[in-house]
Amino acid sequence: MFNSRSICMMLFGACIFGAASGVTGAAEPGQFGYGQQATQDQIAGWDIDVRGDDGAGLPPGSGTVERGAELFADQCAACHGTFGEGAGRFPKLVGGAGTLRNDRPELTVGSYWPFAPTLWDYINRAMPMPTPHTLSADDVYALTAYILNLNDLVPNEFVADRDSLPKVRMPNRNSFIWTDPRPDTAAKACMNGCADPADVKITSTAEGLNLTPRASGPLDTMPPK
Amino acid sequence: MQPDVWRSILVASRHADPRNSIGRRGFLKIGAALTGGIALGANSGRAEPASTSPPADPPWSQSLGAGVVDRPYGRPADTEAGVIRRNVPWLTAGTESSVSFSPLQDLHGIITPNGLFFERHHAGRPDIDPDQHRLMIHGLVERPLILSMNDIMRFPQVTRIHFIECPANGGMEWRAAQMNSLQFNHGMISCAEWTGVRLSTLLEETGIKKDAKWAMVEGADGAHMNRSLPLDKCLDDCIVAYAQNGEALRPEQGYPLRLLVPGWEGNVNIKWLRRIKLGDKPWFSREETSKYTDLMPDGSSRGFTWLIDAKSVITFPCPEKPLGPTGLYEIRGLAWTGNGKVKRVDVSADGGVNWQTARLHDPVLPKALTKFTLPWRWDGAPALLQSRVIDETGYVQPTIAQLRSQRGSNSVYHNNSIQTWEVKRDGSIFDVQLA
Repeated sequence: MFNSRSICMMLFGACIFGAASGVTGAAEPGQFGYGQQATQDQIAGWDIDVRGDDGAGLPPGSGTVERGAELFADQCAACHGTFGEGAGRFPKLVGGAGTLRNDRPELTVGSYWPFAPTLWDYINRAMPMPTPHTLSADDVYALTAYILNLNDLVPNEFVADRDSLPKVRMPNRNSFIWTDPRPDTAAKACMNGCADPADVKITSTAEGLNLTPRASGPLDTMPPK
Repeated sequence: MQPDVWRSILVASRHADPRNSIGRRGFLKIGAALTGGIALGANSGRAEPASTSPPADPPWSQSLGAGVVDRPYGRPADTEAGVIRRNVPWLTAGTESSVSFSPLQDLHGIITPNGLFFERHHAGRPDIDPDQHRLMIHGLVERPLILSMNDIMRFPQVTRIHFIECPANGGMEWRAAQMNSLQFNHGMISCAEWTGVRLSTLLEETGIKKDAKWAMVEGADGAHMNRSLPLDKCLDDCIVAYAQNGEALRPEQGYPLRLLVPGWEGNVNIKWLRRIKLGDKPWFSREETSKYTDLMPDGSSRGFTWLIDAKSVITFPCPEKPLGPTGLYEIRGLAWTGNGKVKRVDVSADGGVNWQTARLHDPVLPKALTKFTLPWRWDGAPALLQSRVIDETGYVQPTIAQLRSQRGSNSVYHNNSIQTWEVKRDGSIFDVQLA
């Protein structure tokens, strides 16, 4: 990038001319002048993001657990199961409370997701999978209420809206560390005699597991494991 | 040669071609059906492969080939038809929210051909009309903007070579060796030359309000995939890219527009980019809370673990490309780091007891794949091949045991451990893990 100040210092007169005619390449807003200024209407159509931790961006509207159950059966249960138990490899939405330290933890909305407004945001932007971003705000609120209720995080009479959702306390909320602690390994670049050869043992092998699709010929179609 | 001579050859071949090519193709089909595969010599359209070897002059040396626009775009040789991206059918519910892996075993350089660049998407591959595509930049900016593709292409261009790696690359190996394959264990990395406009150029054009600290970037696909990025990274080296290896992006790679976040996990390199919003805090989207967070054994989780740590892998030999007779081989591989440049790669043939430094091949570029080789005489004895990268920050690639001791085996992402290939006496290669 050009630096307007250095150009000015070198070519003071030329810079004044350049700035006036808009050819300096300096980092001034609008200096290229390409594109159109976005109008409030245009922005409103695409401005769908909702912030997870405080719900900023949640729209007006509301939805009940009961209405959510109807919608869920209709729009979501084919993949996620009637009660959010999942189907096939499609994600389970419910359960897993208290399993995060287990050998086989179950990560669901109830056990893992830190913020309830994120659920509204995700359903709104990405679901239902074949027809994403087609539900009304009310319907998204209702589905959010139903899934939270399935996880015993809100009562049956809960009404989800822009005020109530940010107040739902998700059990795993405070378990996240938002600053990366890596590097967390301190490997050394030893060159010779780095281990006793007798200690070098194969602890696991992929040989004979039959999990690997073929890597030549036509695409493999393996049965579910 | 006189033009009229050219014309007579072309006219003759035009008359001859349909009959010949159909006849030849039909013969090939029959031949493939009979032999159950395509033998090298079958291309000749003659029965005996041996007849194409010296002293015989093969038929392709005694015939006129196809004309210049026979394949106006071009495609690999028919015999390379098996060199393709591949998926693991049992891994995901369907193919629309899934991944395909790059065939690293068949690639020879640091640049991934566009058709073989690994794919990951969450709502299928959209087919977008570039004339209708728009990029909106708003939020904490002075002048919210809507840019067309033509607008974006007018901005000053930048071209850089960078890898993209899905942080779940190798994620199936946290617990134990599982996939006996280079492609399926490491194929979620690819590297290309990207062309576009610096994200900083676009944000300076809109003007950045002083409270802005984060950017939310979002795709135009059905997933409307969105992630938060610190503004510092956006202004440092991010690129809003429309070209890959010199041509327009492939639809699978975000056509017509994607974000490049050099050295950071693939998921933040938003494809089909349509919106950038500046804000004062991160968004905590589903993709950065429920996914792309790393669960630790104590039940805590790490979030915003964007960096791709240094990693390397031997690409020859590998399970897909075993050794043949004993003798001299060139061990070949790739190394990379999100922290800048690769400084050194060491190779061990005895499971990490002794190491030898490999040769790095130019160019060694920051946040790009780097090629290494090392001559190795194989005496036919079993061996345990490993490579280990050290990047310019001094970081040393860890073993899987070192990673597990810090993170357990449920963190899914960021497995950058040393790969061990077991070489058996017959030259076959297996994916193993060591104590």
